[in-house]
Amino acid sequence: MHNKIEQLTQEAKKGRLSRRDFMRHAAAIGLAAPLATSLLGQSAFAAEAPKKGGHLIAALTGGSSTDSLDPALSASNVPFNILRTWGETLVDISPEGEAIPWLAESWDSSNNAQTWTFTIRKGITFHNGKTMDNNDVAKTLQRHSGEDTKSGALGIMRDIKSITTQGTDKVVVELTGGNADLPYLMSDYHLVIQPNGGFDAPAAGVGTGPYKVKVNEPGIRHVGEKYDGYWRDSVGHADTVEIRVMNDQTARMAALQSGSVHFVNRVAPKTAKLLGRLPNVDIVNAKGRGHYPFLMHADTAPYDNNELRMALKYAIDRDDLVKRILKGYGSVGNDNPINAAYDLFNADIEQRAYDPDKAAFHYKKSGHSGPIVLRSSEAAFSGAVDAALLFSQHAAKAGIEVKVQKEPADGYWSNVWNKQPFCASYWGGRNTQDQMFSVAYKSTADWNDTKWQRPEFDSLLAKARTETNRDNRKEIYTDMSMMVRDEGGAIIPMFNDFVDAKSSKVGGYITDPSAELSNGFALIRCWLA
Amino acid sequence: MAVDNNSLSTLVVKRLALGLLLLLAISVLIFAGTELLPGDVAQSILGQSATPEAVANLRAEMGLDRPALTRYFSWLFGIVQGDLGTSLSSGRDISTMIGDRLGNTLFLASSAALISVPLAIFLGMVAVHYRDGIVDKLISITTIATISLPEFFIGYLLILFLAVNWNLLPSSSIVYSDMSFMERLTAIAIPCITLTFVVLAHMMRMTRAAILNVMNSAYIETAELKGLSPFKIIFHHALPNAISPIITVVVLNLAYLVVGVIVVEIIFVYPGMGQLLVDHVTNRDVPVVQAVGLIFAAIYILLNMFADIMSIIANPRLRHPK
Repeated sequence: MHNKIEQLTQEAKKGRLSRRDFMRHAAAIGLAAPLATSLLGQSAFAAEAPKKGGHLIAALTGGSSTDSLDPALSASNVPFNILRTWGETLVDISPEGEAIPWLAESWDSSNNAQTWTFTIRKGITFHNGKTMDNNDVAKTLQRHSGEDTKSGALGIMRDIKSITTQGTDKVVVELTGGNADLPYLMSDYHLVIQPNGGFDAPAAGVGTGPYKVKVNEPGIRHVGEKYDGYWRDSVGHADTVEIRVMNDQTARMAALQSGSVHFVNRVAPKTAKLLGRLPNVDIVNAKGRGHYPFLMHADTAPYDNNELRMALKYAIDRDDLVKRILKGYGSVGNDNPINAAYDLFNADIEQRAYDPDKAAFHYKKSGHSGPIVLRSSEAAFSGAVDAALLFSQHAAKAGIEVKVQKEPADGYWSNVWNKQPFCASYWGGRNTQDQMFSVAYKSTADWNDTKWQRPEFDSLLAKARTETNRDNRKEIYTDMSMMVRDEGGAIIPMFNDFVDAKSSKVGGYITDPSAELSNGFALIRCWLA
Repeated sequence: MAVDNNSLSTLVVKRLALGLLLLLAISVLIFAGTELLPGDVAQSILGQSATPEAVANLRAEMGLDRPALTRYFSWLFGIVQGDLGTSLSSGRDISTMIGDRLGNTLFLASSAALISVPLAIFLGMVAVHYRDGIVDKLISITTIATISLPEFFIGYLLILFLAVNWNLLPSSSIVYSDMSFMERLTAIAIPCITLTFVVLAHMMRMTRAAILNVMNSAYIETAELKGLSPFKIIFHHALPNAISPIITVVVLNLAYLVVGVIVVEIIFVYPGMGQLLVDHVTNRDVPVVQAVGLIFAAIYILLNMFADIMSIIANPRLRHPK
């Protein structure tokens, strides 16, 4: 344990660990908070006080000249990160995974979590000078939930019956059925509050965030300038922030190495260790909810046979994949989409391990023979073809022949995913278990990409939604995870970390499991030291 | 040089007409090619969330449900009137979208041309002067080495040394409107050097070969006997007579600098036509892809026509085919 403390202190002194992270790690190895603080001394975090000013630059992949500033249409990395600099939502998710107040000061539910009242914070102005009020909030929510909306948040807004204002500072959301997770849903990054809900000018980039949009050249660069009337001190330290679109991996890494940018996203696990050795670069990785599944259609032969599904689940060596494909930047999956990054996760569910004997046993019971075709492409995730080939090797030891068919990256999501009965895929994860299960495992979900239909599962999902007792909810979610794990159509061998990198000149970085680059807040949370 | 105006203008008109015909044929090819891309824009806009009815709605809204032939002619008709249409994915006017990008691509291409063309011809002449000697060999080996390496590899090598290790120049070439001219030049320095390396050898070798071809002529001997300096002979007597093949190769390389720089633009994050094309192919934004393809084709045809006409002017014999 002494070594561990020493290592933590060193990391902290080099500025690679924030105070918050240090305390968390210290607590994890059983160190009492006061002791941890004294061990560290004052010096280590002397630089913790934010420095104001300067120009922070991020070079990001996931941008295109077709990007729009309209929050409803935001779907890839660059629009997401820009949105975080100029816009704010009602509710935020803390790095610990709790729903915390943001533009809403507080909230309350009644009627079995069916009626929710949000109290809107006062004294906040939009970049155009207008005061933000409950009317703007209600209009925003309406814009994202209207029937003809193209909003990426529509999926989570479907169960809303009505959105009304009450008094001068309250918004009442009425649901068709109870949902104890509604505050989490309100933290969806699309739901940025805009003047008059963005009905007038959806892509104007006017919000309440710390930076005003100054330059918007989609696919090239975006610049934000500090908004003088911003309401809090804890974020928005730099004078200006900039996002440069660099979809080429080498271009991004070279820009960071040469010191011309401060952040990059999506560092390839293959190069992360080498990059991290440079004195002016820190790798910042966060254990997220994203995972790389192999999806079987449970309604299509031969995958409609659970014995065969089970055989394949035992026939994959998860540790090997984490080691070789993720290079250690990730963790093993347990054939269900829920991991420790979720609130109410049950760590007692037994981890499934590679077992060729059991695989052979189930394979024999399934009565199947002949090759099984697994489709894979680099579009699914970086290294997906290699992962499929490794899987094929693992399965061969159990006497199962998995034939890998390489598909073109172009058109993979429209022609292969959700269409072919066995293919590699990627899921980004969601903020809550309810969302993750609703979006991809509920029988009627549009993206039920394993075509798995279980009425019992659906009713448990509905039951958990209105259950406000945490222990009971956890129990229900455990049952659901077990069902997916033992009967579902997804083989989930690994969860990938968000692997990003920053310049060592940058202070105040907080690792956050919700999304890449500190949940998209790197540019507003950090400062130039 | 006496030029027969009458036959020359007929020739230019003929070439132009041929060029237009060729462009029309290419428009058919481009249209057919984009039809063959898997999936369509409606599907790629809606992404993972595409339900069949949402796709159908969006397709109807964008007019994608009309037969291909109707779409082809309405597209062609628009272009003839100077209307390239609007982008399906962002709704912006394609002409204005392409305007800046084309300017950037031409800026990079002409900067590279300004360095590479004189350099190639000069090196070619030097090689002729020292033919088969150590200097000639050195020039040939170096330029052939740079053309043999793929351009992305040269680009990465230059980034590694000039940007990362020595920190002399920026590694990425993002340019924007409020940049000064000098800032712009600094930004494009590395891609410019990369492109120079890529096109140098071809032009240099052709210059060398073409000049060597005429070096055995009687008039060169006369010039030598007159006691002219070797460089003067090469420059004043050999070069003008060898210019025709050199022009052809130079123009071919100019065309490459404009239409073949997609890889370089992506590596250096340069906001030109190539990057625009790649972005819109990924998004299945067909009108933009078609417009960019057509512009590339037009530039290519125009430059080649220019090369033909220039070689005919430079060589009167070609004007009167027997």
